[in-house]
Amino acid sequence: MLVAVAVFPGTNCEIDTKYAFEKLGQEVVLVFHKEEKLPEGTDLVVLPGGFSYGDYLRSAAIAKFSPIMKAVIAFAQQGGKVLGICNGFQMLVEARLLPGAMKRNENVHFISQFHHLKVVHNDNTFLRRCSVGEVLNIPIAHGEGSFYIDPEGLKELYAKHQVLLTYCDEKGTPQNPNGSIDAIAGICNEAKNVFGLMPHPERAIEAILGSDDGVKMLRGFLD
Amino acid sequence: MENLEAVLKKHKLSKEEYANILTILGREPNMLEIGIFSAMWSEHCSYKSSKKYLNGFPTKAPWVIQGPGENAGVIDVGDGMAAVFKMESHNHPSFIEPYQGAATGVGGILRDVFTMGARPVANMNSLRFGNVTNNDDTSRHQRFLVRGVVAGIGGYGNCMGVPTIGGETFFDESYNGNILVNAFTLGLAKSDEIFYGRAEGIGNPVVYVGSKTGRDGLGGAVMASDSFTEANKSLRPTVQVGDPFAEKLLLEACLELFKTDYIVGIQDMGAAGLTSSSFEMAGRSGSGMIMHLDKVPAREEGMQPFEFMLSESQERMLICAKKGYEDKVVEIFRKWDLNAEIIGEVTATGNMELFWHGERVANMPVQPVSEQAPIYDRPVKEPAYLASIQNTTINDFAKIENQKAFDALLNSVEVSDKTWIFNQYDSTVQTNTIKAPGSLDASVIRIKENGKALSMSSDCNPRYNYIDPKMGAAAAVAESGRNVAMSGARPLAITDCLNYGNPENPEVMWQFAQGCYGIKEACAKLNTPVVSGNVSLYNETNGVGVFPTPAIVMVGLNDDANKTLPSSFQKEGASIYLIGETKSDFGGSLYMKELYGKVEGTLAELDYDKELKLWELVIEANKKGFLNAAKDVNVGGIAIALAKMVAKSKKGVTCKLTCNDARDIFAESFSRALVEVSDEAGFEAMAKTIGLNVVKIGTVGGNMFTCNDVSKSVEAICERYFNRFAEVIEQDI
Repeated sequence: MLVAVAVFPGTNCEIDTKYAFEKLGQEVVLVFHKEEKLPEGTDLVVLPGGFSYGDYLRSAAIAKFSPIMKAVIAFAQQGGKVLGICNGFQMLVEARLLPGAMKRNENVHFISQFHHLKVVHNDNTFLRRCSVGEVLNIPIAHGEGSFYIDPEGLKELYAKHQVLLTYCDEKGTPQNPNGSIDAIAGICNEAKNVFGLMPHPERAIEAILGSDDGVKMLRGFLD
Repeated sequence: MENLEAVLKKHKLSKEEYANILTILGREPNMLEIGIFSAMWSEHCSYKSSKKYLNGFPTKAPWVIQGPGENAGVIDVGDGMAAVFKMESHNHPSFIEPYQGAATGVGGILRDVFTMGARPVANMNSLRFGNVTNNDDTSRHQRFLVRGVVAGIGGYGNCMGVPTIGGETFFDESYNGNILVNAFTLGLAKSDEIFYGRAEGIGNPVVYVGSKTGRDGLGGAVMASDSFTEANKSLRPTVQVGDPFAEKLLLEACLELFKTDYIVGIQDMGAAGLTSSSFEMAGRSGSGMIMHLDKVPAREEGMQPFEFMLSESQERMLICAKKGYEDKVVEIFRKWDLNAEIIGEVTATGNMELFWHGERVANMPVQPVSEQAPIYDRPVKEPAYLASIQNTTINDFAKIENQKAFDALLNSVEVSDKTWIFNQYDSTVQTNTIKAPGSLDASVIRIKENGKALSMSSDCNPRYNYIDPKMGAAAAVAESGRNVAMSGARPLAITDCLNYGNPENPEVMWQFAQGCYGIKEACAKLNTPVVSGNVSLYNETNGVGVFPTPAIVMVGLNDDANKTLPSSFQKEGASIYLIGETKSDFGGSLYMKELYGKVEGTLAELDYDKELKLWELVIEANKKGFLNAAKDVNVGGIAIALAKMVAKSKKGVTCKLTCNDARDIFAESFSRALVEVSDEAGFEAMAKTIGLNVVKIGTVGGNMFTCNDVSKSVEAICERYFNRFAEVIEQDI
């Protein structure tokens, strides 16, 4: 599988993402934001974490104007698989490839810690190797990760199995670190080819780092 | 020169220094040149008060690649890899404007490290604040400072994608008027691809890269070389404003540049900006330099030569390129949307010649300015307070029941868990963090390239340094080394940040001198040289100085990242051993401070031989797989060390110690550790061979903490340990 990881000015998780997919035996290419095309034969585009353009306006608000984003949007519209992690999730929302919006964390602080997540729906490529109700332990690290969507939109997300993950404690009881509506940590689009989440599965791929629960998530994209 | 006295006063130059300037130039200086001398000979840049004592620090060992004198120190960490690290203070700016002061402190130390060709892989910080617990204006302001500093450190480090993996915080009234913010960065480079701050080779172009120059931070180095009074709280404009996004671009562009063969040397523009970077780069190689200041990218119109030379705008670097490659250098920075301009070249004159639209506005010999700053031999005098506190012992105070004492110490903000702070720092980015903040003792990252692990710990007990400035500094070196050893890594080298009061006060100068003697002695005996460091003086407000605070970060190496030893309990039923001897050592203890409000008494002498044996035992026993966990014993003694292990692991413990005095469970005797042992016979035999006393004191398990006559449920300990700090720091919001 060929994974294209987009690099915006201020992106800081591209090396971690590359390392994670390479550890899973995949070929990874870093694509600079000034490029207008994705590499030939790209199977998965990852928009990695970081602070694109410093996040000085609103997280990820500027990245959608980068040349590479036109190609990413076109790729997604043709059914190509796209995964947005943290700042990448914010980009997907800003680019309207995913519904909803992102607000400042409820306690206004940046939050960095391991957090448990509960799998809500697994009838999609990303989480197909996880079971519904399974609890995973994955680091979060964000300042603007409070996901919001209007009640109509929320209803639709549930109806179409677009809610992927919610924040919880180790036993699976809901626990909300950032004020996200319904403690939602990750969603996908209706066509189930565009995925976004605030937690960092690429940071939980080896037991020595505290958890390898991210492996089964990322492996969802592998054949 | 007219109004000479006023000019010298404004530039904090003495009459003797001015006479020296006249000799160096052979004529009167102009105002630009005065400004340059003032910055280069400021305490902050020249180390004029401290140099006498810094000379003679142990700086060499087979694993040291670069000692002090460069932008950062470098040690060999095996397989062609090198660790580049340094700690630096940003005390004065952080007190004036906590968010930007702390943020730019982080930015500055990151640049010091990546300018050497290393990618920063770990940040730590060492913070001292005043009293934060009271319900008065002082404490409220201190809590505001804590919140601002923490947000600033996070705001900068998080954006850079460098994990903040640990640090230390300390609170004492002596910092009410001067907080200390010391930032540490460690980077990794290939050992044969280190870059240095040198400008040499006649005709080689000098290239300015990074952000534009503005009027911020004008005279910052000079400001940092003075004491605070009520009047200079209005110095906010001398604090720089950080732009971590620009620095991230600068980092990536520099790392791209370092893969090429286009440059001779590079240095960041830190304190005293373009002045210090250009003079130091030329000075180190004995070169001269021409710079055209009108070619420096400016943030606003109408800026004057002295503003370009003395601005401390952030996120800028000066590069000496190889002739013919300057366009390629410029191209790399433009790719990252950064400014890059050729502003001058290296000459053979040995002089710094500054031009403004073709006119020469300054002409000064480089070496006398950069390498021959004045060295002071300031008067020293043993502080009068020492005589009045040295006879105090724990028996001078009314006895307090151990249970009551334990509850009070556990509730101390010095003891409590600092999740509130470090959860605001990204600690997992770069996917190397093995021992994250809050896991007790040293912080550890793996090195992906060679499977080893780097362990680092920041330590200094200012109370010890107040009652005994020499032994206190030595104890900081020993404690940071001990913490590193507890993770199974071998301590290799230190960086230091020496924070003291006003050097013009002979008693403070004496504290500083003693601190340096302590570091020298400890580093020599423990075989851990000093590879980089920083001195921060004038930490004084209205004549009151801070406790002497020589912050030390020890860096060590574990040959196998998979053998990193945790510091909290691992296994129910496992035995706990105490290594080392406990005496009634309460001088400068947390016990005396918390329960009786006193920082008095004396310190015991450090037994370096025992300290080294302790390290040896833990490192070797861990290699053999005899240990599950190890934690050093420091503030609050054995009882508090055990309580922290209980809280972190949520496992109970039952311990019984034989003490001469019941209170000794809180004593702070040096060179001790608690270990959870998996192979008791193997461990005991090894201790005997090494020649250390070890004693089994208890067992892990249950839901109670019991240590002699003190007991508390695990749940109650966790409640206090994890909630106390947020409770204090958020009480105003």
